Amino acid sequence: MLEILQYDFMRNAIFAAILASIACGIIGVYVVVKKIVFISGGITHASFGGIGLGYYLGINPLYGLIPFSLFSALVMGLVSKRSKVAEDTAIGILWSLGMAIGIILIYWTPGYAPDLMTYLFGNILTVPMSDIYLMLALDAVIIFTVYAYYKQFMALCFDEEFTTVAGLSVEKLYLLLLCLIALTIVLLIKVVGIILIIALLTMPASLSRHYTNNFAKMMYLATFFGIFFSIIGLFLSYLADAPSGATIILVMSSVYILHFLYDGLKPKIAS
Amino acid sequence: MEDVIDLKDIWVSYDGVRVLEAVTLAVKDKDFLAIIGPNGGGKSTLLKVILGLIKPDRGTVKLLGDTPKNMRKYVGYVPQYHSSNLDFPITVCDVVLMGRLSHKGPLQRYNEEDRQAARDALDTVGMLEFKDRQIGELSGGQKQRVFIARSLVTKPKLLILDEPSTGIDSRTQKEFYELLNKLKSQIAIVMVTHDISAISVYVDKVGCLNRKFHYHDDKELSQHDLEVSYQCPVELIAHGVPHRVLKEH
Repeated sequence: MLEILQYDFMRNAIFAAILASIACGIIGVYVVVKKIVFISGGITHASFGGIGLGYYLGINPLYGLIPFSLFSALVMGLVSKRSKVAEDTAIGILWSLGMAIGIILIYWTPGYAPDLMTYLFGNILTVPMSDIYLMLALDAVIIFTVYAYYKQFMALCFDEEFTTVAGLSVEKLYLLLLCLIALTIVLLIKVVGIILIIALLTMPASLSRHYTNNFAKMMYLATFFGIFFSIIGLFLSYLADAPSGATIILVMSSVYILHFLYDGLKPKIAS
Repeated sequence: MEDVIDLKDIWVSYDGVRVLEAVTLAVKDKDFLAIIGPNGGGKSTLLKVILGLIKPDRGTVKLLGDTPKNMRKYVGYVPQYHSSNLDFPITVCDVVLMGRLSHKGPLQRYNEEDRQAARDALDTVGMLEFKDRQIGELSGGQKQRVFIARSLVTKPKLLILDEPSTGIDSRTQKEFYELLNKLKSQIAIVMVTHDISAISVYVDKVGCLNRKFHYHDDKELSQHDLEVSYQCPVELIAHGVPHRVLKEH
């Protein structure tokens, strides 16, 4: 079975899995702890407009995706906090709006959109070397920003009111965090696709919360879980001839569910 | 020395609804002022005006002789009990260090001086031995002490508390007010509260806020004052405390 490692596409797939897991391990912790899964799902799906834009302009869809997902993150963050419409309603509307734009732009693109399914459902086996470099750069941006704003993000997630009084702009910090989520989506899209990204953003981080009470350790552990499960999923998908993205999510979900079933059966210690 | 808080003729409206009307208020060094009043009476708005988070439509705000924006970092703020995410993966020490955030930019780490200040603040509130515990593992009263330590870690000249006794049982409340009483000798304290019984023992001055501010230089509240503020009959119960807030009635 190890002979598959000789193939370039398999080596690239493993690189991609590692790079994607680093981003989802770090940013996933914020998504889970701050309970912003829904808006993250919104940004993810709205980003489909960026894929459509890429096809329409005839460029690498990832280059359409980066500005569009950042833009959706900013619009969604501002509209959900400032508009008089309820936050979840506003997110729901923008979620569909982004997808609608993507569908129309792809329809208008002459000819056939060759690997559209890759962006919807992911295909880690088709990641070219150029995308690996892009993922490496995005990981560097995410790690640097989180390193620089670690204290500020921690305060934002823990207590917005106090953060405001400490003289920080909660809105700007929140928008910056949403932009990092947007970049993470770009990193994850080739691995599992738009439809399944939210699972990768939440499960490793949520699982890690179970093993540590330390914010930074959660990030390391979530990254490790991400790498571990995506590589297992990758090999299983090869053996079972199943789509890689869905197999990765299936492996992760099975472990997650079994873990919590086992945990639920254990006698509770009175606290 | 100038007043700690100096509000003159403050008017605030939200969407055409008047929330504060002609509020004038002065707090001096080492004052302990309690603000009571009905929900929606503008208590939180008033605190936000003092902190400079809301610009009043009219009137002037001075905090420690300067604008709130400049002086906010010398104010310790304890938000309402439920306002933070308590299942959060963070230790008591890290919560207290968060109080130093206003003195740190991006990329700057907390240093030994910050950690020492955090330990001192925890010591002041009697929580030093819990410094490595998870915040979620503490009882309501212990968490409240930690949040006070967080507000003390910058050595503020003014402490602002927003309904601090919510969610704390009465025995713990007593310890909590004893702590405030200890702090009172060093800094000015402004506390928004529903807890009229606590005012009786510990507070120097009381104000009733319901859009307009009814202010007392002493803490003797009359039935009339309360009814003007709450705009409904208020039942007063005088507790068996060293001295009364409430006149015989």
